[in-house]
Amino acid sequence: MQIRIIKDKIISKLMLVFTLASVSVLLVIGIGLFYRSLPLLQKISFYHLISSSIWKPLKGLFGFFPFIMGTLWVTGIAIIIALPLSLLTAIYIVEYAPAKVRKVLSPFVNLLSGIPPVIFGVWGVLFIIPLIQDHIAPHFVEFSTGYSVLAGGVVLAVMIFPLIVSIISEVLRTIPKELKDASLSLGATQWETIKKVILRKAIPGIIAAVVLAISRAFGETIAVLMVCGNNAVVPHSVFEPGYPLPALIANNYGEMLSIPMYDSALMFAALLLFIIILLFNLISRLILANLERKLSA
Amino acid sequence: MKKRKFEEWCVKVFMVLATIIVTGSFFLIVGTVFYKGFHYMNWDMITKTPSGGFYIGKAGGILNAIIGSLYVAGGATILGLVISIPVALYINLYLKSKLIYANTLRLVFDVLFGIPSIVYGAFGFLIMVYFGIRASLLGGIIAVTLLVIPILVRTLDEVIRTVPNELRDATLSLGATRWEVAKVILRQVRPGIFTAILLSFGRAIGDVASVLFTAGFSDNVPTSLHEPAATLPLAIFFQLGSSVEEVQGRGYASALILTIIVLIITVLSEILIKRFSKHKIQ
Amino acid sequence: MTKAPHISVQNLNVHIGNQHILKDININIPDKKVTSIIGPSGCGKTTLLKTFNRLVDNTPDVNITGKVLVDNENIYDPNVEITEIRKKMGLLSQRPYPLPMSIYDNIAYGPRIHGTIGKQELDVLVEQQLKATGLWNEVKDRLHNSATKLSIGQQQRLCLARGLAVDPEIILGDESTSALDPISTAIIEDLFITLKEKYTIVLVTHILRQARRVSDYIIFVYMGQIIEFGPTEEILLNPKEELTKEYIKGYIS
Repeated sequence: MQIRIIKDKIISKLMLVFTLASVSVLLVIGIGLFYRSLPLLQKISFYHLISSSIWKPLKGLFGFFPFIMGTLWVTGIAIIIALPLSLLTAIYIVEYAPAKVRKVLSPFVNLLSGIPPVIFGVWGVLFIIPLIQDHIAPHFVEFSTGYSVLAGGVVLAVMIFPLIVSIISEVLRTIPKELKDASLSLGATQWETIKKVILRKAIPGIIAAVVLAISRAFGETIAVLMVCGNNAVVPHSVFEPGYPLPALIANNYGEMLSIPMYDSALMFAALLLFIIILLFNLISRLILANLERKLSA
Repeated sequence: MKKRKFEEWCVKVFMVLATIIVTGSFFLIVGTVFYKGFHYMNWDMITKTPSGGFYIGKAGGILNAIIGSLYVAGGATILGLVISIPVALYINLYLKSKLIYANTLRLVFDVLFGIPSIVYGAFGFLIMVYFGIRASLLGGIIAVTLLVIPILVRTLDEVIRTVPNELRDATLSLGATRWEVAKVILRQVRPGIFTAILLSFGRAIGDVASVLFTAGFSDNVPTSLHEPAATLPLAIFFQLGSSVEEVQGRGYASALILTIIVLIITVLSEILIKRFSKHKIQ
Repeated sequence: MTKAPHISVQNLNVHIGNQHILKDININIPDKKVTSIIGPSGCGKTTLLKTFNRLVDNTPDVNITGKVLVDNENIYDPNVEITEIRKKMGLLSQRPYPLPMSIYDNIAYGPRIHGTIGKQELDVLVEQQLKATGLWNEVKDRLHNSATKLSIGQQQRLCLARGLAVDPEIILGDESTSALDPISTAIIEDLFITLKEKYTIVLVTHILRQARRVSDYIIFVYMGQIIEFGPTEEILLNPKEELTKEYIKGYIS
């Protein structure tokens, strides 16, 4: 056999090894995090861990409820702000904007997605925090430092704009023009066509975009950490501080080694994030893949 | 009739407003960073390392973080490429006839792409503990490589998929092996590979959560893989927390520099993507 | 014993997913002749052509049974080295796909991977193949320019020259002129007629007039089956099967 054919065989085996190795990272992360959080899980029941509100690592009390609520608050606020704005923007870019405007607009969406999280955090501290503290909060509550779940939500919302806009635009673009023409030629206005025909077709795609955005928001660490206040109590209004899971991990990693069970607790937080995000990602990717297959068939 | 027209008009106004908010937020962010950071920018900032002690020292610049960031992002991108190019080729050339495997692999990389960097950071830390590596340049590179592999694989996969099957067939029918075909395809998609490199570098240089526990921090420029290394995002994060105005200023200047680097990278990759689609075989 | 034909297909069945694309194909392709495969689009003619050099392997979810003998060797035998089989067959696809390199390197690519590396040897080979395809005078001053700068017709001839450079025995053409202008088409067709002195040529075409102009034999494929096979004149003027008659009259398209 010729050398080049042997070479091809060896390279193909090597590629297979690389592929399997990089894919198995997913599995290894899951197993590794689970293994490291096992000590905690053996001591305290899973249900108790996620439902207790008492967080006193020094006394061995690990209640994750405030952190889970913190995560849910920020993510919820972010989606409520980002979804309508992104949806309207995507519709405008795809269906309304003249070609020239579209060409100018789309790069900015990409530029926004390129900005690193920490810069969003800096912006949050410099712009959003004073805005909330001085101009928004005084209308509703007596006092707020500005560091709040609202600030986290706003910063996150801006961070997930590009993600939602780009996925929804892509879905909108795949909807056949004939469908639109059919509705328009029945005398519907453009908005009626979008509302009754296009959006209906695009709903799975929009759901996928939202699910993906939620999982992105869940895992975002540094930007949220910088503006959220990081107080381990369950927030009761948007102007109160919160303490999302990723921020918990990031803030305490240095000191954890000296307190028993602490690292296990932080790994448990990471595991929680990992599982939720894994599931959400799987769901949205499967919806999107299904959409793609349907439209290409 | 009037009501319908009015609704159409209202919606349009909302759309334009939403678009202004979404695209405007970009200018707001970049504007804020420039406004605040410009004041603290000077020549020393990018040519000197900080002096006078971490967190309180007033003198010097952030050369340590600039170089550290370049090392981490560069190292991770190179290491990531070494792994991702074979993977992307394998999915597209060797698994071509087994669509279900190829698509499952794509799904896994999509999911890996969605895993937040804090989880990669925590996992990277576990690996380091396991192998007895201290927080260092090497540790940072390992964690960030894990983060960029999915980006690289996904981008390269998309790029390779734009190559028409016929080019592959033409090469195969000359009696080429799959590896020889792979080399032709890599040549064909060279601009696409640059795009992937830029995307990965951009993500790597801006990420905090993955280097937080793995790269450590240092006021000096690292001279070996085993020394801790400062990175720009961490320099921003740490220095903003200081109560000394000059140190905070270094944080703002770091933010400005990081923003500029990332903007340049994003613009370059945008241009490359446009170019790339222009030179495809029609 | 007469010499075995270059290509002999025996009981070939091809499934893609759950579709039965080719059904019980049995045929011997005549040596050193031009054979055209005709039939309506989607009938499986391109798939049939691609089974000859196993490019069909790369189709997702494909399943192949039966034999294709090339020089009496079953190319679907697991022990066969596929690159050697493909080297024996040049392929000319619908549109030209020059490799992303210079004109010279395009032609030298095949010989190089198969071990010819001497500069002089390659120079001779490149010139020879460019002359054989009538390109030499048009490109001899810009051999090291990118191949994508050539016109489509020139690119297609370059692809033919590239295929000839690995010294094949068989040329497969998959609607090789469908992207070309009439003049380039005529040049390519003339080339086929000249080349059949040395090569066995199999063409897929949906243009009956082209089949008549260039081929010695015609295979008519319909719904994945070979309906009729015979000399060009016979098939076109005096078909035996009802389906062939209808196709030639234009009832099926």
